This record gives sequence, structure tokens and C-alpha cells, in this order.
Amino acid sequence: MTKKYTEDHEWISLDGDIATVGISNYAQEQLGDVVFVEVPEVGADMGKGDELAVVESVKAASEVYAPVAGEITEVNGELEDNPSMVNDDSEGTGWFAKLKVSDASQLDDLMDEAAYQDYVKGLA
Amino acid sequence: MSEPQQTMRTALYDLHLELGGKMVPFAGYDMPVQYPAGIMKEHLHTREAAGLFDVSHMGQVVIKGADPAKSIEKLVPGDIQSLEAGQMRYSFLTNESGGILDDLIVTRRENDLFVVVNAACKEQDIDIFKAGLAGAATVEVLEDRSLVALQGPKAATVLARFNVTVTTMPFMTYQELEILGVPCFVTRSGYTGEDGYEISMPSDKADMICRKMLAEDEVEAIGLGARDSLRLEAGLCLYGHDLTEKTTPVQGSLLWAIAKRRREEANFPGADVILREIAEKPTVKRVGILPEGRAPAREHTEIADMDGNIVGEVTSGGFGPTLQAPVAMGYVPFALSTPGTEIQLMVRGKARPAKVAKMPFVEQRYYRGE
Repeated sequence: MTKKYTEDHEWISLDGDIATVGISNYAQEQLGDVVFVEVPEVGADMGKGDELAVVESVKAASEVYAPVAGEITEVNGELEDNPSMVNDDSEGTGWFAKLKVSDASQLDDLMDEAAYQDYVKGLA
Repeated sequence: MSEPQQTMRTALYDLHLELGGKMVPFAGYDMPVQYPAGIMKEHLHTREAAGLFDVSHMGQVVIKGADPAKSIEKLVPGDIQSLEAGQMRYSFLTNESGGILDDLIVTRRENDLFVVVNAACKEQDIDIFKAGLAGAATVEVLEDRSLVALQGPKAATVLARFNVTVTTMPFMTYQELEILGVPCFVTRSGYTGEDGYEISMPSDKADMICRKMLAEDEVEAIGLGARDSLRLEAGLCLYGHDLTEKTTPVQGSLLWAIAKRRREEANFPGADVILREIAEKPTVKRVGILPEGRAPAREHTEIADMDGNIVGEVTSGGFGPTLQAPVAMGYVPFALSTPGTEIQLMVRGKARPAKVAKMPFVEQRYYRGE
């Protein structure tokens, strides 16, 4: 299983040809209390960089982009009633959607965890 | 906004940093939008105990003259002359088209008026006062004073430890009181819907006084983010968003702030437009909006009628931490302004059901006296 990160603070974890996507712990800390997550429709075709979800905090709405292209196969329905899962466990139970990835090599350009941690340190 | 060297700091800047405040530019000042607790906890803390807000970016103005209450009525439609010394009132500056140039609070003092205006409008307002009151009154800006708000159900208990006189002050009154030996202007007022005070103090003592207040168990520092969600739940307008120079007091649902005497005299800027609108009903009206579901509808979200026609726009919207639900206000055609009316909100291209709702969304808990 490979886990990678984007510069927009999404994480993507690939298991076979199914990728799970969410936002990083750093991102949830920056957003503060998440009050609503709009997830995509199952079956939607995502291009790389398309709007995959919207995360709303008390103050603002933030877009979440698809790190790679693929078809949405599952969304995290629990977020509807319990959006604070994103704050509690953004890189675990607070995942947003799963997509079927046609070309796994798209993940090659993304940062691994160590590179992402360095990237975040550079933002401070 | 690309001129960081222009950003000003309040006297509490160092304290904000020490408390871990996340600083953002706001109306030309570097202000804390939140502290480490976050907007949700800060909001709830204010509703449950007491929150301390730095609002020193707002303008504090003193108007002096032979009869300043009479003079200022040339510029505002509020009934200022009937105020006793020590009473205060919400009003607004209007233009010749009846549009609102700013909203403000006027306090009548023994010999003058003490006026608090919005940060983003203060230069404009001071120019309007100076031009409009020339010959009748002088306008002094209190550059060396800070303004903080202590808000929440425990605010009175806390502030009474500093000066017990505050306990019996009714809502919308003013007193000059010593806090920790420092002469302050204390008003029982605020922008959260809760009981509380706004305290004007010399800037060189603000840091000391605020640290002492924050040392009280009930008090936490609260940022501008929670200030916004608190005032939205309380149904209070934010100038530049819910009110602009394009909206009149009639459209803004602020008729309660124009007394009968002022309507009869019709001697304030834009009186003809405003009085005609009162008689004929406004085309649009500011209303409260409760979206169904959990998705917040932010400012500029389009409002549609049930046939899908775009009929208005959200002017403030977000998530109400006390209601645990999204809340908004916006303008709709007069015919759709009755509470309970079904409307739709176009959130990211999708129509979401909502209802026009009575404001405030959260009950106001002002102290009106025994």
C-alpha cells in the first residue's frame, strides 16, 4: 500500500487499483472545526485536480481536489452525521472517497510522507 | 490588500501573539481571527461563560457642541435628542438616496456625544461628521483609547469584581467607572446577543487590564471568527455585508431604529426615499434564513424562489455553533419575506431547501434591569 500527499494537503492511499482520499492532519488543523463535508456522487468520473469534495469549517468553505484521475466507487457516508471525524482522525476514519485508479503511475509525482512533512515545515 | 506595511496594530497586539492568536488583516488592522481553542469552542465559551474581544480597531469619536444631540440628527435618522445622559442608541448614517453609509452607536453624555463607528468606515464617518456638523459641533477622534468587549452570561459577575457598579447598569447605558484604578467608559452593550459590556480604556493601560480580566476563571480571549458567528446567530448586521450604501433601513429591516418623531420631521438624509418606502413597502427585505440540512450557505449564495428563479442573495452565512446548524441572512423580495416562507439556496450549483426565519436565531439575553 502506498500513501502519498499533494501540495494542497490531500492524502491518497492506493490498495490495488482502489485509492482512498482525504485531507492531511495539517489541513484539518488549519481548517479548525469541520461542520460539513460535501462528498462526490458514486460513479462520478474525476480528472486529476477536479473538485472532489468541499470541507466547511465554521468560517469558510475549502475545496478538496482529486490527487489523481479515477472513478468514485465509494464515499464516506458517516461524515454526513459526524463531520468532526475529519478533525478527530483525518487520515483514518475521516476519509472522504475511494476511487478506482486507471493509471497508478499518477501517484509517482506526489510526495511521500517524509517529503510532505518537510513541505509543511516550509510553510510555517 | 497587498500592502502589508500598512497594517496597524492595536495596543493588545503582543497579548494576542502571546495567546497564540492567528492574526489576519481586517479593516487595516492585524487582528486575531481565532486563538488555539478555535472558533467553535470560543463561540460556545462566550455563550456559556465570558469572552473578551479586542475591538480597538473600531473608531471612538466624541462630538462636542452647543446641542450635539440635535446637531447629529442632521446626519442620522435615530432619535438622539430624547436620550438622557448615560443612555445610548443604535443608529446609522444615511445618504441622500436613503442608503446606509455606516451603522453606529451613539451615547449621550452630560456635555457631549460618544460615538463608536465601524473600523472600515471610520475615516469616511469622521469626514461626514466634520462636514455635516461644521459650525455646530466639533469632532474629536479618541486615538489613544482601546476598546474591548466582555460578553457572556458571566460577564457581569466578572466585571463586578473590578467595579461593582456595573451590576445594575441596564442594557444600552453608559457610565464612567474606574477599573483597576483606570478611568474607563463602560457601556452595557455588545455584538453577541449576550449580556455584556464594552469598555473603552486608555491604550497604555489596555494590556494590563485585559491580562487581569483574562486571569479570571470564566474569561477566555475570543477572536473575530467567533465574533462573527455570535452576531449572526443574534441576528445582528455586519456593515459592508448585510448593510451597504445600496440598502436602505427599510430594506434592512431596521425601521425600529427610526422613531416616530424623526419620521414626522423627515429631516435626515434620504428621508424622502425612506418615508416613501415605509408607505409603499420595500421591494426587498433583509430576512433570517435557516437552511435545511448541514450545508452552510455563505455570503453571495444565490437565493431562488420555489420555481427556481433567482430572487436574492445571502449577505452573511455560516454555521451557528450554538444552534449546531447553518444560519444565514440575506435579501429576498418583500412577498417572500414572511417567516416560514420556503426558498432555495444555490450552494455550488445545487438547489438546497431553506426557510425564511425569524431573527434572532438564538435568544438575546440582555440585562434590562430589575
